[in-house]
Amino acid sequence: MPKANQTEQLVKGVLKGDKRSIARSITIIENREPEAQRLIARLYPKTGKAHIIGVTGPPGAGKSTLIEKLAKELRNRGKTVGIVAVDPTSPFTGGAFLGDRVRMQDLSLDQGVYIRSMATRNNPGGLAKATKDAVRVLDASGKNVVIVETVGAGQSEVDIVKVAHTIIVALAPGLGDDIQAIKAGQMEIGDIYVVNKADRENAEKTASDIQASLELATEKTGWKPLVVKTSALTGEGVAQLIETIEQHRQHLKKGELDEKRKERAETELIEALKEKITETIINEFQTKNEWKQVTKKILARQIDPYTAAEKLLTGNKRKGK
Amino acid sequence: MKKIMSKKEKTKRKIRVLIAKPGLDSHDRGAKIVARALRDAGMEIIYTGLRQTPEQIVETALQEDVDVIGLSILSGAHTTLFPRIMHLLKKNKLTDLLVFAGGIIPEEDVPKIKKLGIKEVFGPGTPTTTLVQFVSRNAPKTRQ
Repeated sequence: MPKANQTEQLVKGVLKGDKRSIARSITIIENREPEAQRLIARLYPKTGKAHIIGVTGPPGAGKSTLIEKLAKELRNRGKTVGIVAVDPTSPFTGGAFLGDRVRMQDLSLDQGVYIRSMATRNNPGGLAKATKDAVRVLDASGKNVVIVETVGAGQSEVDIVKVAHTIIVALAPGLGDDIQAIKAGQMEIGDIYVVNKADRENAEKTASDIQASLELATEKTGWKPLVVKTSALTGEGVAQLIETIEQHRQHLKKGELDEKRKERAETELIEALKEKITETIINEFQTKNEWKQVTKKILARQIDPYTAAEKLLTGNKRKGK
Repeated sequence: MKKIMSKKEKTKRKIRVLIAKPGLDSHDRGAKIVARALRDAGMEIIYTGLRQTPEQIVETALQEDVDVIGLSILSGAHTTLFPRIMHLLKKNKLTDLLVFAGGIIPEEDVPKIKKLGIKEVFGPGTPTTTLVQFVSRNAPKTRQ
């Protein structure tokens, strides 16, 4: 079958919610196969319906388990759910151990749930490069809610803000004091802060530390981040978390969502341009003799990489004119 | 010199492997060693966790679009579980996958298992290098 035809078949499959088509499409996008761009181009107009929830937080906070409980509760309420769970790729071997499914076993046979594990493939920021487009595939397939789980994130992996509508930062008691709660990065991005493992000691203290730190923040959007205590193990607090998510969704509808979308469209365009431009220029340079000469010079300490890059670029401009 | 953005590197295909524990045994050290070895060989491993039914394993393979499935079993239930898994894979048109097995499996059962379409059976003591080589060589190069 010609490639274009195959892509059309896949698009049709995805729009019908066919699992095999969804699976293949995500792989094609993840591997950046030649059909990927066409596939995204065809699916893009069908996206924008799903509510996208991002769940982030440090390793071991209980993100996967919380997502399992969230998804179950959403299913009880008649929603279909897509999940993209990201785990890190080894920067040394390129391999990855994707273990989030282990905590989501109860969902594995539910026909209204689709789970995909994804390795970061060394993309910084807590997500894989393909995560955003994998979310689009699930959105186009008709899932009402798509949940994205970031890698166990430190303080600055905040790319999730570019993907999700509602951000949940999952924390657990005993991970830090009120000074941690005031630091930049993670603690700025949450729409909802979950203190998971609330069955443990000190949950109340953690919740109030976060609450206090949030009160110091300058309000930007009209949404005051909320703190919810859950125990993903027992399911306690999960229903309340869903109510809070719904509250946030209603808030977004009042106009912020359009703002967010506009901002995102622009960022994405810039990112796509950057990638294309870099790729084109570097590919072109690498075919030239100059490239080898310059590399040699850098090795011989005759020129530093910054000056070399500048020289290459200005040389290129002159020829262009 | 390594090119930064050669065409070859632009398309980044990774071998995706599902390591699954069918049945009721609750010992997964072997499965974890295999998962770790394949991970260190640069593959992406999806681990199911313990006590998976054939239905769960095949559904996971489908959603995760894996190229390879490794089945680890110690309980002796392979004679009932393996045929069921292979049947379900066929039913879901997942016939181009590489499937291998490991664990405690009596010698005399091996031919029967291979007949099902399971390419190889690895017993205790198999060097992880053997396993890595086997998977790298036999994983499907392209998928339909």
